[in-house]
Amino acid sequence: MHIDPVTPDPVTLAVLKGRLEQIADEMDATLFRGAFNPTIAEAHDACHGLYDATTGATLIQGKSGLPIFVGVMAFGVKAVIDKFTAANAPVEGDVFIFNDPYLGGTHLSDLRLIKPCFHNGALFCWLASVGHWHDVGGAVPGNYNPAATEYFQEGVLIPPVRLYSAGRLNQDIVDIIMAASRLPVSAFGDLNAHLSALDLGTARVAALLSDYSAPLVTAAFAELTARAASMLRAEIAALPDGTWHEEDFLDNDGRADAPLRIACAVTVMQDRLTLDFTGSAPACAGPVNISRATTIASVYVALKHLFPDVAANSGVLDPVDIILPPASLLDAQRPKPTGGYTETILRIIDVLFCAFARIRPGHAIGNAYGTINALSIAGLRPDGTRWVMFSFFGGGHGGNPEGDGLSHGNPPIATAIIPPVEIMEAAYPIRFTQWALRPDSGGPGTHRGGLGAIYEIELRAPEAELFVFAERARFAPRGVLGGQPGAKNIVTYQQTDGWHTPALGSKVVGVKLAEGQKIRLESPGGGGWGDPAARDPAATARDAKLGYIR
Amino acid sequence: MTKLIVGVDVGGTYTDLFVYDEATGQAKVGKVPSTRGREADGFAAGIAALAPLPAIGAIVHGTTVGTNALLERKGARAGLITTKGFRDVLEMRRRDRRQTWGLTGTFIPPIDRDLRLEVTERTNPDGTILHPVDAGEIQHAARHLLAQGAEALCIVFLHSYANPANEQAALAAACAVWPNPHVTISSDILPEIREFERTSTAALNAVLQPVVGGYLAKLDTRLRAEHFAGEFLIVQSNGGVMSVETAARLPVRTALSGPAAGVIAAAHIAISAGFPDVITGDIGGTSFDVSLIAAGTPALAAQTTLDFGLVVRTPMIEILSIGAGGGSIAWVDKAGILQIGPESAGSIPGPACYAQGGTRPTVTDANVVLGRINAARPIGGSLASLDVAAAQAAILRDVGTPLGLDATAAAEAILRVANARMAGALRLVSIERGHDPKHFSLMPFGGGGALHAAALIREVGLARALIPRYPGVTSALGCVIADMRHDRVQTLNRPLATLDGPALHAAMQAAETELSPLLDRAGVAFIARRTEHALDMNYIGQTHTVSVPLPDTALTAQTILAAFETTYASTYGRLMPGVPVRILNLKTTIIGERPKIDLRALAPSPATTLDAARRPPRQVWFDTWTATPVFDRLALPAGSTIQGPAILEQPDTTIIVEPHTTAHTDPLGNIILAWTD
Repeated sequence: MHIDPVTPDPVTLAVLKGRLEQIADEMDATLFRGAFNPTIAEAHDACHGLYDATTGATLIQGKSGLPIFVGVMAFGVKAVIDKFTAANAPVEGDVFIFNDPYLGGTHLSDLRLIKPCFHNGALFCWLASVGHWHDVGGAVPGNYNPAATEYFQEGVLIPPVRLYSAGRLNQDIVDIIMAASRLPVSAFGDLNAHLSALDLGTARVAALLSDYSAPLVTAAFAELTARAASMLRAEIAALPDGTWHEEDFLDNDGRADAPLRIACAVTVMQDRLTLDFTGSAPACAGPVNISRATTIASVYVALKHLFPDVAANSGVLDPVDIILPPASLLDAQRPKPTGGYTETILRIIDVLFCAFARIRPGHAIGNAYGTINALSIAGLRPDGTRWVMFSFFGGGHGGNPEGDGLSHGNPPIATAIIPPVEIMEAAYPIRFTQWALRPDSGGPGTHRGGLGAIYEIELRAPEAELFVFAERARFAPRGVLGGQPGAKNIVTYQQTDGWHTPALGSKVVGVKLAEGQKIRLESPGGGGWGDPAARDPAATARDAKLGYIR
Repeated sequence: MTKLIVGVDVGGTYTDLFVYDEATGQAKVGKVPSTRGREADGFAAGIAALAPLPAIGAIVHGTTVGTNALLERKGARAGLITTKGFRDVLEMRRRDRRQTWGLTGTFIPPIDRDLRLEVTERTNPDGTILHPVDAGEIQHAARHLLAQGAEALCIVFLHSYANPANEQAALAAACAVWPNPHVTISSDILPEIREFERTSTAALNAVLQPVVGGYLAKLDTRLRAEHFAGEFLIVQSNGGVMSVETAARLPVRTALSGPAAGVIAAAHIAISAGFPDVITGDIGGTSFDVSLIAAGTPALAAQTTLDFGLVVRTPMIEILSIGAGGGSIAWVDKAGILQIGPESAGSIPGPACYAQGGTRPTVTDANVVLGRINAARPIGGSLASLDVAAAQAAILRDVGTPLGLDATAAAEAILRVANARMAGALRLVSIERGHDPKHFSLMPFGGGGALHAAALIREVGLARALIPRYPGVTSALGCVIADMRHDRVQTLNRPLATLDGPALHAAMQAAETELSPLLDRAGVAFIARRTEHALDMNYIGQTHTVSVPLPDTALTAQTILAAFETTYASTYGRLMPGVPVRILNLKTTIIGERPKIDLRALAPSPATTLDAARRPPRQVWFDTWTATPVFDRLALPAGSTIQGPAILEQPDTTIIVEPHTTAHTDPLGNIILAWTD
C-alpha cells in the first residue's frame, strides 16, 4: 500500500495514536514507580505528555496521569517557548524546570520539567513531566496554607530555568531546590524520577521516528487534534441552542468567612460553546484564586467527563469560547495566592455538570464531593528531624443514569489513590481510629449519591501541627433532575477542652495537637440523580439493611 | 506398569487434555466441549476417552471455576471479622474509580456491609499488641454471621503482617463455633503490609472456598469412584501445582490457573527448542494475553485486578491481557478512527462468519474475508463451515463504508489495527521492562496466535516466532509439566542500616519451615527440591519497591546494598548514593521439581514427507489475491523449510507463512517462522 508521507491514512493514524499514548503512559509509570513522595507514587498526582514544537499545544496525553494537568501543561510548555528564544533558544540536551503558577502552573507544589525533543537537529516536539512534590518551602509544611495572602507564604517560586544545559546538569539549581524544601531527600528523589521519565520519553520518541517519518507523525498530531475538535463540535451541534445560567459557591477564601460565587452562562450556538464566567467573585485575599490557564484546564476536564469519547488533546477546546471577567478569582495575577486551586476548579466542574444536566438531561450526573480534602500533620521526631504526613481524602460521586454514585471515589480532577493506613501508621506517629463509610451522606435520589467517608486520626507524638484545606462545609454537593444534595463536609478536632469546629468550616491552620488528641474528617457524599420518591423500594430497603442510610 | 500423567485445562468453551505416558514417552491430545455447571461429567468423560482412569498416575488440573465465580459474582456468602473502625476497608478500596473519564460506574464489594463485623483488638505497626482479642467477642460475631447465612469466614486485623498473634487467637476462638473448615486469617494468606489488598485477597478467598472446595471435592469423588488412584493436583496462578487440600484452603491462588499453565508449557517448549527468551501471545476469543519468559523463567507479578475493586495480591505469573482477540469487534469511532474491541462477540453470538446471530465484524471475520482462515475447514470442529459473504457484508457496512474502503481493504485495515494493538502489548512487557525485543522469540498459542505471528514479529522487532506443535492445548501440556511451587511474602519493613544478619536468616528459615510441609503433605514424589529468597527493597521515602534476588555470598548490609543497587540501576538507570535503603518484604519460594516430559514424544514421525503434507492450494490475500500452497502442519517432516506465502493447517490453529517469511520445522515439530528480508 502506498502511503502519502504527509497524510496519514486512517489505519496508520490509529496505529500512531496507540504508539504515542503508550509513550506518555510509560513516562507516567516510570515517575510513579521512582518517585519518593506518596502524592506522586501512590496518589498519581502527576502527568506526562507530548506538546507541539512551536505552540506548546497538547498533542498526546497519557491515560494514567492527573486529568487537570492535561489541559494546563500546554500553558507551561508555552511559557518556556516564550522565554527561551533567539540566542537563548533551547538546544538538544536542555531540560527546563519551574513551578510558577502564573506562567501555566497550578500551584507551587507542582514542579514541571520540560524537555525539547530534537530530531535530525530540529526541534520536533516537547516532552513534559509534572508532579506534586511534598514540600517546596513557605509557611506551611506540605504547602497547603489556607491563610496565605501572597505566594511568598505558600512556597518558593521557581521561574522557568535550565536544569540541564546541552546535557550538562546545573547543580546550582538542584542545590537551591533542595535548600528550599523541608524534605530535601524527597525533593531529590522526585527530581531523579522526573528525569528518568524524560530520559525514557526521549528514547521512545527517537524509536518512533526511526519507524515513521517525522512529517508523517507531525501530520498525525494535527489530524488527531482536528478530529477531537470535530468530535466535540458534533456533540455540541446535537444540543439545543440556548443559554443556561448556573452558579455555585466556595465556602470562603481561608481568610474571611464569606462565600465566593462561581457563575457560568453556558451558551450553545450551533456547533460552538461559549462559557461566560462573568459574575464570578473578584480575586480574593486567600489561596483559592486560579490562573487563567488553570481555569481553561478545568473546562477541559469537565468537557472530557461530559463527553468521554472525545480524544484527549487540545482539539477539545477548539469549539469552545471562554470568557473570564478581568480581576476575578478565575484569572489570578501575581502575587495572589493559588495554593488551594483544586477547590476552585472542582467548583467550576460542579457548575458545568449542573448546567449540562439541564441542557442534556439524559446524561445528567450529580455533583461529586467537590473538595480535595488535603490534610497535613507535621511535627519533629525525637532526633529533631521533621515529619510531614500529607494526604488527600475521598468522598462520594454523584448519582447518574447508570445507577448510584460510587462511594469513596477520587476527585474528578485526579485519578489519585489513597495511601494505605498501614503504610501511614508505620511511617508517622499517628493512629487511625476510624476509616469508614459515612452513613446518610449520599444525596437521596432515584439513583442515590455515593457515600463520603469518616476518617479519625489520633496523634501518637507529644505535639504536632494540623492543617486542613477543604471545602463544602457550607454548600453541599448538588443533585440533578430532582436528586437531593449530598451531606456537607464536617471537620472537627480535639483540644484539651473537647471537640472544636474550625471557624472557617473546613480549613484549619496550624492548630497544635497534643498526644492522644484526634482530628476527624467526615467527607461529603455525592449529589442524587432524579426524584427520590421514584427510587426502587428494594434499593431503599437494601440501603437500610447495609447501613448506608439510617 | 504404565504410568500416565494427564493435564486437563477446563476453559469456558473447550476442555483441553494432554496425556503423557512416562513409560513409552508417547503423548496424546484431546479437546472436548466444556460442560458448564456439570464440569465433573465433561472432565471425567474427556479423560476416559483418552486413557483408562485406573492406569493414570496423576491428573493435573487448570481451572477457571474460581475466576468465573468472582467475575460473575457467584461466590459464596462470606463473613468478615475485622479491627474496630475498619469494616469498610473492603468497600472503600484505595479510593479509585472505574475509569478516568465519565464519572459513572459503582462497586459492589464481594462481602456485603452487614456481613462485615468489627471487634476490639489492635496491633501496632511494630508488632506490639495494643489490645488483645476477646475470644467471647469473636465467637459472638461468628455466631451472628452464621445466623446471617455466612458459609465462610475470614478474619483480617490491621498490622497482622507484623504480628499474627491476634488473628491466630481469633482463629482459634472462631473455629470452636464455626461448623465447616472455611475459616481463614489474612496473615496466613498474605502477611504483607497494605490493608486493602490483604483484605480483598482474604475476602475473595473466603467467597471462593465453598465454591472451589465443593467443585474439587465433587471431581475427586467422581474420579475415585471410577477407580482413579493417583495424585490429583491443581495449577496455581504462580505456575506451580498444589494439592487439592491446599487449593480448597487457598482457592484465590487459582485466579490465573489455566493461563499460568500455558506460560509454564511455553517456558519448557522454549528451553527445549533452544530459544529460552520468549514472549507468549495467546489469542483466544476475547483477549490477547502476553507473558514474558527471560532465560526460561516466566516473569512474576505481585497482584492482579480481576475487575474494578477485585484485587488479588499473591505472587503470580505476570500476564498482560488486552481486549483484542478473534471475537473482538471492529468499529469506527465518532472521530473516524478504526478501533478494535474491547467489545467482543464472544462465542455466542460469535463473529459474523459463524452465522449464529452475530452481525458485527470481528478480527476473525477479517481473517476469513482475506482467505487466511479456511472457511471450509474451521478449527475446533463445532462448525461445518464459515459464512464468507456474511463476514464481507459486516466488514463493508461497519468499517469499509465509513472509511471509504472496499471489503478487502477494510479487512486488511482491521488486521493492521488489531496487530498494532497486540504489538503495543508485546512492547509493554518487553521494551517497557527493559528487554530488547530482538533477543526474544514470539510464542503464539491459542486458536488465533499463529494467524498474526509473522506480522507481530515484524512490527515489534522480535527475532522469530516459535509455534509449538499443539498451540491449542498448551495449557493442558503445562499442567503435565508444572513443578509444585509455594510462595510466601513476609513484610519486614526495616532500614537496611539496622539489618540484623542472624534475624534475617531466622526469618528465611521460618518461611522455609512453614512452606516445606506443603510439599511433604502433597504425596508427590519430587526429583529435586529448592528454596529461593528475594527482598522487596527501596530507598527510604519511596513506596514502590524493586525485587532483589538475595546474593549467594554472606548476607551483610554491604552485599545486600550492592544487590539492591544492581537491580535499581537496571530498572531506573539513576542511583541515589547516600540515600538510605529499606527492606520492605522477604519473599520466599519453595519448589518441588516434577519430572519434565521429553518433547520428542510430540515430534513428527520420520515417515512424513513434504509432498504427503500438501493440501489443495487456495486464494489468500497478500496485497493481492495469491494462489497459496496449503500444508497439513502435523504431517510436515522435521527439518523441512517452506517459503512463504503458504498456509499451514492443523485442527486447532492456522499458521500464516507470509510472503518473505520461511517456516522451518524443527526436530521437535515446532515451527520456526522468520522473515527473510
